Amino acid sequence: MIAGYLTHHAQALLGSIGRLARAPLATALTVLVIGLALALPLALALFVTNAMNATGGFTGAVDVSVYFKPEIAIARVQQLAQNTRARAGVAAVQVISSAEALMEFRQYSGFGTALQALGSNPLPNVLHVRPAPQASGSADLDALKHYLAAWPEVDVVQVDSEWVLRFNAILDLLRRVLGIAAILLGAGVLAVVGNTIRLEIQGRRTEIEVIRLVGGSSGFVRRPFLYTGTLYGLAGAVLAWALNGIAVLVLRAPVATLAQLYGSRYTLAGPGPREIGLTLAAGVVLGWLGAWLAAARHLRGIEPRA
Amino acid sequence: MILFERVTKRYRNGREALRAATFSIDRGEMVFLTGRSGAGKSTVLKLIALLERPTRGSIVVNGQNLGTLKSGQLPAYRRTLGVVFQEHRLLDDRPVFDNVALPLVVAGSAPAEMDKRVRAALDQVGLLGKERMLPNELSVGEQQRVGIARAVVAKPSVLIADEPTGNLDPGLALEVMKLFKRFQDVGVTVIVATHDLHVVHEFGQRTIVLDDGQVLGSADAPLPSMTATR
Repeated sequence: MIAGYLTHHAQALLGSIGRLARAPLATALTVLVIGLALALPLALALFVTNAMNATGGFTGAVDVSVYFKPEIAIARVQQLAQNTRARAGVAAVQVISSAEALMEFRQYSGFGTALQALGSNPLPNVLHVRPAPQASGSADLDALKHYLAAWPEVDVVQVDSEWVLRFNAILDLLRRVLGIAAILLGAGVLAVVGNTIRLEIQGRRTEIEVIRLVGGSSGFVRRPFLYTGTLYGLAGAVLAWALNGIAVLVLRAPVATLAQLYGSRYTLAGPGPREIGLTLAAGVVLGWLGAWLAAARHLRGIEPRA
Repeated sequence: MILFERVTKRYRNGREALRAATFSIDRGEMVFLTGRSGAGKSTVLKLIALLERPTRGSIVVNGQNLGTLKSGQLPAYRRTLGVVFQEHRLLDDRPVFDNVALPLVVAGSAPAEMDKRVRAALDQVGLLGKERMLPNELSVGEQQRVGIARAVVAKPSVLIADEPTGNLDPGLALEVMKLFKRFQDVGVTVIVATHDLHVVHEFGQRTIVLDDGQVLGSADAPLPSMTATR
């Protein structure tokens, strides 16, 4: 019985492959539509990934600069730095003494001679606090800022986060656009597969009637159509992967050239195992689901005629 | 055993095809259903095959009350039947072997068992050696015999045939009926709906006569009144 069941699955699968192969043009057009629908969300996902890669992961690089009052001694600053390191959500703390800051300023600012004219060092001791990536949200940064500003020794606390927050907001927006596109195009794939299966059911009406007459269950009747839908989805997903892979190959060299001009060694990333896996899974699930919905809707009305 | 008890079937268009029909058919019996066109013969077979449900009354087939059968149980029930139509309902794009094997595929038979049974069924109907041919490469009589082989390949307990000789010449019609008789001889209940009284006379089996949806009577040979309807 199990051998027979497995044999029928194999027959249904091979039968579906055979039917698709016997109508190459119609199959190719359907697969092309599904492939394009799946390729667009994949392309958007790759764009987001590449945008993050291109910016060197600075989305989490928020720095908080703490400027101390001039009279505060470096020893007290070191002590407060120690306290800050112990706080949850803080990844790194760097102490820059007023002497170090002055030396650096002399070296890089080009005002070395002018600075020598000053009687005393005008720069304060500074702490650079880097929050942990998971504690870089707006609320976390506010809390950290309040904590640091509450010290009486502190003159000013500056959070260098606005541009990062804007960039994160753009990425978040892109992710949402990606989600909406994926849902809409997924619904499109369902409709394409569903309509194709509906036409196939109509074309095989006599066969379905005979199968029901000789005792074929609903599952038995439905099975070849589910395989066909799944094959459409899988082929469409492979096409989507191929289209994106080709696009990345074509764009990789000019993007690398452009990056070099900006002093970067960045290269365009293609679909990785995660993206490929998700695309194939989405294709298979959407193909199967589209076929199942069409079969459930259109097979119900087909009963053998006497 | 098949038992019809006061079975009425009214179609959606209001036509009453069967009116309080009551009769029984023993297990392993061969019975002819006769009557003029529209008498209700096909409706009886449709009700047995559950292609239609009765409007009133009860039908019991091999101890199973069809009125209580749920839709999920329908495939298993239909696998106990063999059905032969006047139009053979063969799948033209598949060879004879695949057409005959269909009930076994549906039942989940193993390939080796399927091969053995299909060849045995084709042998019974005299078509062994033609299993690779397509239906439209066969004569009408051969196509009918492929339909019969498909109906009996899964060893049904009940074989129903609706005008199985309608498209056949008298010689072929008698051959087909002899096949049915052979199935009855091995214990299959055979019900043949036909208006071909020549065939009915030839085989001398019990005959249930229908007229305008009502059972006129049952006899070991056609009732005299039916002779006039031929």
